[in-house]
Amino acid sequence: MKSLSELEQIRKQTLERIQMRKEDRENEARVVVGMATCGIAAGARPVMMAFVTEASRRKLSNVTVSQTGCIGTCRFEPMADVFLPDQEKVTYVNLDEQKARRIVAEHIVNGKPVYEYTITAAMGVNTRGNEQ
Amino acid sequence: MSIYRSHVLVCGGTGCTSSGSEKLVEAFLEQLKLHQLDKEISVVKTGCFGLCAEGPVVIVYPEGTFYARVKQEDVTEIVREHLLKGRIVRHLVYHEHEEGAQNHLSLNDIEFYKHQTRVALRNCGVIDPENIDEYIAFDGYKALGKALGEMSPQQVIDLLKESGLRGRGGGGFPTGLKWQLCAKTVSDKKYVICNADEGDPGAFMDRSVLEGDPHAVLEAMAINGYAIGSDEGYIYVRAEYPIAVKRLQIAIGQARNYGLLGKNILGMGFNFDVHIRLGAGAFVCGEETALMTSIEGKRGEPTPKPPYPAEVGLFGKPSNINNVETLANIPQILIKGPEWFRSMGTQRSPGTKVFALGGKINNTGLVEVPMGTPLSKVIYDIGGGIPNSKRFKAVQTGGPSGGCIPESLIDVPIEYDSLVQIGSMMGSGGMIVMDEDNCMVDIARFFLDFTVDESCGKCTPCRVGTRRMLEILNRIVSGKGEEEDLEKLDILCESIKDTALCGLGQTAPNPVLSTLRYFRDEYEAHIREKRCPAHHCKDLLHLEITDKCRGCTACSRVCPVGAITGEARSQHHIDVDKCIKCDSCFNKCHFDAIIKV
Repeated sequence: MKSLSELEQIRKQTLERIQMRKEDRENEARVVVGMATCGIAAGARPVMMAFVTEASRRKLSNVTVSQTGCIGTCRFEPMADVFLPDQEKVTYVNLDEQKARRIVAEHIVNGKPVYEYTITAAMGVNTRGNEQ
Repeated sequence: MSIYRSHVLVCGGTGCTSSGSEKLVEAFLEQLKLHQLDKEISVVKTGCFGLCAEGPVVIVYPEGTFYARVKQEDVTEIVREHLLKGRIVRHLVYHEHEEGAQNHLSLNDIEFYKHQTRVALRNCGVIDPENIDEYIAFDGYKALGKALGEMSPQQVIDLLKESGLRGRGGGGFPTGLKWQLCAKTVSDKKYVICNADEGDPGAFMDRSVLEGDPHAVLEAMAINGYAIGSDEGYIYVRAEYPIAVKRLQIAIGQARNYGLLGKNILGMGFNFDVHIRLGAGAFVCGEETALMTSIEGKRGEPTPKPPYPAEVGLFGKPSNINNVETLANIPQILIKGPEWFRSMGTQRSPGTKVFALGGKINNTGLVEVPMGTPLSKVIYDIGGGIPNSKRFKAVQTGGPSGGCIPESLIDVPIEYDSLVQIGSMMGSGGMIVMDEDNCMVDIARFFLDFTVDESCGKCTPCRVGTRRMLEILNRIVSGKGEEEDLEKLDILCESIKDTALCGLGQTAPNPVLSTLRYFRDEYEAHIREKRCPAHHCKDLLHLEITDKCRGCTACSRVCPVGAITGEARSQHHIDVDKCIKCDSCFNKCHFDAIIKV
């Protein structure tokens, strides 16, 4: 290595990979995928991997993808919750890999939830909570 | 380089390795492969997490779940439940010792970590110490780049002086001043030395830094070389630390490959390289002059100071010696600035200090707290208090050179000067906790036994004086102490302190002096009443069976010498002449009928 810029490059590259171990993670986005029996049976694993690979492809080092158990609405699986800083939790349902990738692009990167995939849309309830 | 969604960190420190963490790594890899998770989840072997009492320790990120005492057979469950399905395996999660304490699912909620500030240990248990990239990711070698690129050697020294960093090896000499003295000396060759000859019984701070974050030490040595004008460094490390040595070797190799050690570092025209020298385990070689003679290949014996190493050091050349923990602080001081460092700790002792907690304490392990933290906080809040609801009696700091601090002084803030005032010293950071069952005379005897063994024999006060002291102490604990012994001890202590050649001898009487000061009544009980108040000294106690005895015969069956007699269902009796005081009956009795008097 012959320069500081090379050092900086290694720093950035590796940090993307191990960011999640840092204590002061800034502006972290969290995706929690339902991975109970029901979720896995409905295809949650490829969905989760789609979140991981899409985030990694876009070099989003501030995204963590984790799993959770069954929350009881098994008919909507695969499901995922997306938490952004300063935003309310958004619950997505009936996911597939395609949808997961779109959620990363529109919601996590651009901050606009994909309304049509949310649980509120699926249950036929609009965002204000009134019956449609 | 692919991104993993989860990282499994397995502690690879000496403590956890000896309880089988290497096997855990294999088991994780195997199980992950079995469940086809090996592309999603990475397994990393890190340095020490600090909570050695609960090892082997495994931490799963991003959740930060803290699994303690993980056995090989638990791995299947963690992989199947946590990593595959995302359900934290609650019964394997670490829980605190207090009653009613909750299982803490995340690292940061645990009392043991909550009160700590990690500077020297910041990367221990977070990065893979055998991977230079991970060190670089967490701002590694940035300080070296900054020093070489933006600062003059004098600016580096000034910055260190301003930070107020003091030597963490024991004495607390200002590091910036030390560097200044060596920088001022004119010479064609200078050496940078890292003292990793950690010899205090029960201390393992430096080992953990070397095992968990070896690059931090290398980076600081290179900065040191730049500041004082040296191109060569030595790390003197104990051969008893095989994992630390191995990781240092790997780290040096990687740093050379990246051009961070060697010729023309970072293209900035600075040359610096580091060698490892293994110490054979002599305690005196932690003393800087003895350490240097040992590196030179001679018998490890101290020489009088002056001349100081900054003028005449290794191979007769000016040398700068710093301890591992001191060095580990330096890169961050350069990056974050002296104000940041001064914001921690106290006015006269800024920063943090690492302590190895041992003895009668629940959370045996490694902790790092800001200077000025009261001892009580370290022992109760972080250390989790004394096991088996025994009473706290004293804490020993500073190893064989330090002293015992009694319960009445437990709220004293930990800093160099306050500890010296109460007759102990910071030392390198060993902290041994004692409860009501420890006899303070015997503790003093233990440490003196150690110094007598480790005395190099060069000067008379240390070679002969400490031996005479040990003889007196042996007499006292075996019930043959005489009234004049205390006065003799006092005189011996003072004259050894004043006349010994090196630090080892000068501080050797400290354990005796401090116990004489705070626990004189225990000495007097041994000498005048032939009684050990802690019921520890075997020659001064005997076992008796009281009328609580139900005659269950458990004691007589367990006695190895047949000293206990008695009919079933009637009170038993111990033959004092036959009894070897092995405590077997004492531990066996279900009715608390056996007492020590």
